[in-house]
Amino acid sequence: MTVFLDVLLGGVFHAAILFLVAAGLQLVFGVQKIVNLACGSFYALGAYFGITAVGFAAQLGLPSILVLPVLILAGLAIGLVGLPVERVLRTIYNRDESYQLLITFGFLLMFQDVFRFFWGATPRTLDNAYLVYGTAEFLGVQVPTYNLLVIAASIAIALGLGLFLQRTRMGRIIRATAENRNMTEAMGVDSNRIFAAVFTVGCMLGTVGGALVVPASASSLDMAVELVVEAFAVVVIGGLGSMRGALAGALIVGLIRAAAIMVLPEAEILSIYVVVIAVLILRPAGLFGRAVA
Amino acid sequence: MRIETSVRAVASPAAPPLSRPKGLWALLVIVVAMAALPLIASTYTLTLMVPFFGFAIALLGFNLLFGYTGLLSFGHAMFLGVGAYATAVLTSKLGVRSFELVLLTAIAVSALIALPVGYLCVRYTRIFFGMLTLAFGMLFHSILFKFYGLTGGDQGMRVVRPLLFGMDSAGGKTAFLTGPFYYYALGLLAVLGFVMWRIVRSPFGLHLQAIRENAQKASYLGVQVSRTRLAAFVISAIYGAVGGAILAVSIGLADPEMVYWTQSGNLVFMAVLGGSGSFVGPVIGGLAFVLLHDSVMAATQYWRFVMGAILVLLVIFFPRGIAGIAGDVVARFRKGS
Repeated sequence: MTVFLDVLLGGVFHAAILFLVAAGLQLVFGVQKIVNLACGSFYALGAYFGITAVGFAAQLGLPSILVLPVLILAGLAIGLVGLPVERVLRTIYNRDESYQLLITFGFLLMFQDVFRFFWGATPRTLDNAYLVYGTAEFLGVQVPTYNLLVIAASIAIALGLGLFLQRTRMGRIIRATAENRNMTEAMGVDSNRIFAAVFTVGCMLGTVGGALVVPASASSLDMAVELVVEAFAVVVIGGLGSMRGALAGALIVGLIRAAAIMVLPEAEILSIYVVVIAVLILRPAGLFGRAVA
Repeated sequence: MRIETSVRAVASPAAPPLSRPKGLWALLVIVVAMAALPLIASTYTLTLMVPFFGFAIALLGFNLLFGYTGLLSFGHAMFLGVGAYATAVLTSKLGVRSFELVLLTAIAVSALIALPVGYLCVRYTRIFFGMLTLAFGMLFHSILFKFYGLTGGDQGMRVVRPLLFGMDSAGGKTAFLTGPFYYYALGLLAVLGFVMWRIVRSPFGLHLQAIRENAQKASYLGVQVSRTRLAAFVISAIYGAVGGAILAVSIGLADPEMVYWTQSGNLVFMAVLGGSGSFVGPVIGGLAFVLLHDSVMAATQYWRFVMGAILVLLVIFFPRGIAGIAGDVVARFRKGS
């Protein structure tokens, strides 16, 4: 029972982070139709910048209890890097998908060295800063309260994003643009601005995800390329472009990974791809995706 | 203006008119130049060229899928790995040192793996094909990475120097790589390049291009779309495995890094750098990538940034790659004269 709960809580924590990055990927794919390989870089960027921001906050003498809001703010701030990146991507919106994929691969390579330049090649950690919130007991299992807070924050962001897209005027315009860009342009929507905003929000989801993960694990140069394949797995399982799919996919991937680590460590990564391939074969559009040609 | 570039990028003009074998001439020029290279170039340059031959062969296969069939594989490094690990297992574990036997095994194994994988993948096109191939590639990577007992895990597997045509060669590793193996790999590139040339010019190759342009129309005209795509997938896998075997010998090691998805990304990079719309473009791209990679790495530790920036600029301004630029220059020259 405790093993099961350990797996559950560990898996859901991982899923909460994965969901944020995958939601960014989905948002950008839904509106701009670009599969953004650089989402992993945004995640890593958030992680590195989060460490710097927490260090800076400590120098300012902020109490360490504020580590969570500092991390979220840091993620939001550095997420603005999405604006210039989108400006470059704008030149290739009309191109073939392979070129769009490739240009984001170029960004991924560039970001690798940005991290190396600013933060060096050795992994960086936040020396267990999350323990400031103590641990909670949950049905007989010890969990860091920080993990529960992150899960709550992720759920709040998911709800907020859903409300924003479904209920607000801006959200409606974004969904309309995703549906038919030419039509919304004809109705007077400046789609360049929508694209810039959507990409920046997508980027922020990634950077906040990265910033939130960093108290619990180190930031390293490998985290970008490793996360890309996991985020890909999430969106493939859930269905490209679907937010509910991102949620379901993140839970599936997070739980499978947590279970595999416990049961059969060799199959940790393997099991994810097996599920991905099974989903692609049985339901190529993903669990919540629309049918594809 | 914008529409015009988009059309060019989508429908990359792969085949020039049938009567002009330009691509074959360009390949021949490269092969002859490479054959003469040992007369003038330093040993260091020659050791760079051996991996290039491996990449070039893999890229010829990759472009049969990408340039000619319109399927972007983001997991093609898997087949480099199949070739590399076949070489490592045979030479260091089983004591089979004949490189011809190694190549035959690599070809057989890659075809055996490519058949089921390809069967599942070619049902999809566009981004889904790319994602599925990426998933299979990473599946293979995680097997190589995690199962220490079989594959040596992240340490990889050593590759023992193979026998070429049953002959061992005297001298050290560098002498072997820049001497007999250099010409052997170049010979393979020439032969496989010629075979690929015949493939893309055959009715089969024309079917592939018809599928790329319009799969539905092609199938109305009687082309067996899935089967033809599968055949292209298997052929490109075989080329990848042969290239991987050459790479493994030149590195002296087969390791999981060779199969990681970023390596597949590098293959796409090379193909686009050279120009996936022409027959010889990817080979030129492989050469340019190897030289560029080497010189940027020598110049700065931040070579990834430079390579990434080059890739971004390339995609924006020169989507048809080096071969496309060369083609434009030639066309302008003709018009002017």
